[in-house]
Amino acid sequence: MIQIVRLVAQRIALGLFTLLIVTLLIFLAVELLPGDFVDAILRQGRTQESVEVLRRQIGLDQPAYVRYFSWLTNAAQGDLGYSFSNERPVSDLIGNRLYNTFFLAGYAAAMAVPVALTFGILAALYRNSVFDRVVNITALSAISSPEFLAAYILIFVFSIQLGWLPSLAHIAIDTSLWESLKLLFLPAVTLTLVTVAHMMRMTRAAIINLMTSPYIEMALLKGVGPKRLILRHALPNALSPIVNVVAMNLAYLVVGVVVVEVVFVYPGLGQLLVDSVSKRDMPVVQAGCLVFAVTYIGLNLVADILSIITNPRLLNPS
Amino acid sequence: MHGTVSEFGNRAQGNGTSRAAILEMSGLRLEACSVDVWTPIVHGINLTVHKGEVLGLIGESGAGKSTIGLAALGYARDGCRISGGSILFDGTDLNGCTDKKLRNLRGKRIAYVAQSAAAAFNPAHRIIDQCIEVPVHMAGRRRSQAIKDIKRIFGLLQLPDPESIGDRYPHQLSGGQLQRAMVAMAMAGHPDLIVFDEPTTALDVTTQIEVMASIRHAVEHAGTAAIYVSHDLAVVAQMAHRVMVLRHGAVVEEGEVGAILHDPRREYTKALVSARQTSHAHRPVDTDDEVIISVEDVRASYGKSPVLNGINFEIPRQRTVAVVGESGSGKSTVARVITGLLPPDRGVVRYGKGILPSFYGKRTKDELRQIQMVYQMPDTALNPKHSVRDVIGRPLEFYLGLDKVQREKRIRELLSLIELDPDEFIDRTATELSGGQKQRICIARALAAEPSVIICDEVTSALDQLVGEEIIRLLNDLQSRLGLSYLFISHDLATVRAVADYVLVMRSGDIVDFGSTDAIFNPPYHEYTELLLSSVPEMRQDWLYKLLQDRDNKKATDLRKRIAAT
Amino acid sequence: MLPIMQSSLKLLKTAPPTAFLGLTILTVVLFAGVFAPWIAPYGETDVVGAPGLSIGGDFLFGTDQIGRDVFTRILYGARNTVGIALLVTAMAFFIGVVFGLISAVSSRWVDQVLSRLVDILMAIPPLILALLILTIAGTSVLNMVLVIAVLDSTRVFRLTRAVGMNVAVLEFVELARLRGEGTWWIVRHEILPNITAPLAAEFGLRFCFVFLFISALSFLGLGIQPPTADWGSMVRETSTLISFGIATPLVPAICIALLTVGVNLIVDWFLYQSGMRKE
Repeated sequence: MIQIVRLVAQRIALGLFTLLIVTLLIFLAVELLPGDFVDAILRQGRTQESVEVLRRQIGLDQPAYVRYFSWLTNAAQGDLGYSFSNERPVSDLIGNRLYNTFFLAGYAAAMAVPVALTFGILAALYRNSVFDRVVNITALSAISSPEFLAAYILIFVFSIQLGWLPSLAHIAIDTSLWESLKLLFLPAVTLTLVTVAHMMRMTRAAIINLMTSPYIEMALLKGVGPKRLILRHALPNALSPIVNVVAMNLAYLVVGVVVVEVVFVYPGLGQLLVDSVSKRDMPVVQAGCLVFAVTYIGLNLVADILSIITNPRLLNPS
Repeated sequence: MHGTVSEFGNRAQGNGTSRAAILEMSGLRLEACSVDVWTPIVHGINLTVHKGEVLGLIGESGAGKSTIGLAALGYARDGCRISGGSILFDGTDLNGCTDKKLRNLRGKRIAYVAQSAAAAFNPAHRIIDQCIEVPVHMAGRRRSQAIKDIKRIFGLLQLPDPESIGDRYPHQLSGGQLQRAMVAMAMAGHPDLIVFDEPTTALDVTTQIEVMASIRHAVEHAGTAAIYVSHDLAVVAQMAHRVMVLRHGAVVEEGEVGAILHDPRREYTKALVSARQTSHAHRPVDTDDEVIISVEDVRASYGKSPVLNGINFEIPRQRTVAVVGESGSGKSTVARVITGLLPPDRGVVRYGKGILPSFYGKRTKDELRQIQMVYQMPDTALNPKHSVRDVIGRPLEFYLGLDKVQREKRIRELLSLIELDPDEFIDRTATELSGGQKQRICIARALAAEPSVIICDEVTSALDQLVGEEIIRLLNDLQSRLGLSYLFISHDLATVRAVADYVLVMRSGDIVDFGSTDAIFNPPYHEYTELLLSSVPEMRQDWLYKLLQDRDNKKATDLRKRIAAT
Repeated sequence: MLPIMQSSLKLLKTAPPTAFLGLTILTVVLFAGVFAPWIAPYGETDVVGAPGLSIGGDFLFGTDQIGRDVFTRILYGARNTVGIALLVTAMAFFIGVVFGLISAVSSRWVDQVLSRLVDILMAIPPLILALLILTIAGTSVLNMVLVIAVLDSTRVFRLTRAVGMNVAVLEFVELARLRGEGTWWIVRHEILPNITAPLAAEFGLRFCFVFLFISALSFLGLGIQPPTADWGSMVRETSTLISFGIATPLVPAICIALLTVGVNLIVDWFLYQSGMRKE
């Protein structure tokens, strides 16, 4: 048990350290830019004095490391500064969009995870069958396609030709859940297509790797039937790799959402981020990157931890 | 181990051929697949196992013995298939039988014991749950009954603490215990036939004895028929009634153990039986020999765990010093310290009179040249992308600065010296050589540097017995022709006896016994050396029986002495 | 005939249909890319017809939102996008292989520093890091090439280090060290020849990833900039046409997918041929 706690603590520490480095990178990114926030909002008609006053007011006269720590502590409390382009607090801009992005990612995950696991496990069990080949070729094509291809094909067929579903995901705060699910169906399916392929291939590989292990052969030679072989002999050992695959792909999904949001003009964080990059609106980019990085690192950390605590060797140390 | 010894005695007489057959393979053919092409690996084997009889399958690597063993369960591994013939088990043909029927037989009536128990036990479940899976889930017996039964079998196999050992997980048991637990798992369903696939090969000799004794005791007790697969005739001789000698997927010879050992018909069998009897003509030990390498008070460790606790010895010119010991004794570390791969914590290694820098990177080219290595695995000791010319040519160029023409000439000389035809082999790459040929090339590479010492680290362990003997003969021959010194590291006492002038016996980082080969291999023995020596299986049918009896008697006398003393 | 040509012909004969498909796609794209100025009916940025003409009319793939010939731009796109992707992959490979090998044969200490650095780089989602850096440095092709090359070199580093270490621990390498050989000689003669096959396969896979990544950035308007013809930005530029029922944006998108599938199929076949994959 102590071994597990130590391993988990190690991973968490490593994750936090990585996060710290990432925040440093994000902070330094702004430092490297010529001009600062005050320059940006006080373009014209201000005297040198008023600029200096404002600068002192928001602490820009402090050395960089002081500002880094205050930025970090503020960010941790939800204060992410002000946008260059419309001077609104970044947290206001992000708040609702963050919810939208997570909603879409969650929607896609709810479809992708069960499908991917089922197909991955079935493909592994019926390895080299026609079913396996079809699934593999499909997955290969899906992985090879850019997200926007799937998106535009879906739009072309289902909203333009058939007119069943909307091609734009315009949702507002007061859109009902049912309506949201319908509006977001195409974007969610697009995301599902791409992640399912990855997740399925990884699940299949993990299961095949497991099924070639000597203890599975031993179970076969003990006359264990297929159902018991899977449930009792393979599954307890497969848990750790599968959980890992799922968490890794969820991380991928959250980030992959960016392109899909742009295609469907969905008011999510990804689209805001892309817009802000073209406008070089640093505080928003900073905040967006921070949120995505935290999610990504967090999910990968969860993957690591889950795979540690589902490992039978570590659970029962000698 | 008491009380059952007499049963072993009966078995040694050999019997059972008149009884009914439990397994009959006829015309069995197996094929293996590599890159879409199926090639036959077993060519029409006929094999019969009678009720209560143990059949030994013996052969070198590639003989097909394990594949045949698995075929007895109607099973072929991925990339293998049963391509013809019949496998009649108690009247049912397992070739072409439905999966359901096969499942019904496996575990309950035919069981399997794998070579590596560490890999074959599922890491996610307790030993006992895995052991009672067959009786409870396949045969439908009551759980409590099955648990009681398996604990009895644990006891039968002389596992420590049979009541609670099953509650542990596989990685919490030692190698020897795990191997016995797997035998218990196989016996749990009370099968009519058990296939043992090299069950003791991965173990040290002293552990091997214990496992062999337990297996024989338990099999004897249950009256189960068995197929015992091994590459070691001496081991099979202890376990089986009848032996089938296989080579390249065909039967060479078959017969009662006694007949095979004492009256082999075929040349190949004769060679197997007479193996290990080659001996090196020991030159008289002379204390005035010039010392080439001396190891002085060397302590070494990996990280914090100590491996060598201060050892001293010398390698004289044109002599072979052997280091023997079981796994974990530190014998390979000795080589790593001498070559400079592992700088010692304390102590020095001298070459002649001078002290060698402890790290190889600090040694001069000439110091490096004087000590060459030959490794256990010729597969990984040769770069698969290099030709024989590259392999042998590099040290000639690097150390001796020979030009292309001189190199070519010298490479051919060296190839002739190691008894390989230069024209045939000079352009081959490692992948086009057999195991024995690879090892010869490794020796030639070492010779190319014109060293004074060659360190041979388990050079015959990965080779088949007969091939290994040839390598030993070559090494002895080269030594007398070129005046080389060898440091010969091995776990195999028979091999050591055939090459060494001096022997060091190591145990957990200490030298526990040292002397000339004659002194070490003749009484009076050091206690540990005697244990090692007596644990090496001999080509006698009653060897294990006698050994166990001796050890029992010794224990009894010791006990009596102790009682008398108090 | 040269022996190498003979053996490659022999290899081709044994190629499964999927590999043939892959090879055909790759050949066509490379041909189109190299000879674009000679094959293309119009100039790269010429406006030649009415905007938004559909597929199969006077123009093979129709015209884009300002009336340029889509077929012409696809040919030029092959040149630009594939060319840049190859350049990025080559750079990523150079960086990744060099550092990966250094890590594999150097002391534990050097290896630890390099590996932890790469761990951190890999812990950041690549698209996000790319966006961040492009914001600072500005969106230009050069910046994009450098950013993706560095980001992608981390994956090449990991693979090279892993396969390099697998070889570096083998006895023939230990023996070369003990012989007194220098590190460079060992890398060149003992390690590299044994890891070329997995590296070659990885080159194909990395190319696919880089190619998709560049296309995604261009699609977002942050990669290759107009008026340069590029498949990713072509999708973005023509995307409004789709709401009029014109499938033009699908053409460049399908080209991207086809090329990636093609390269993947070739890699699969190669892995199978060299025994690294069993099925």
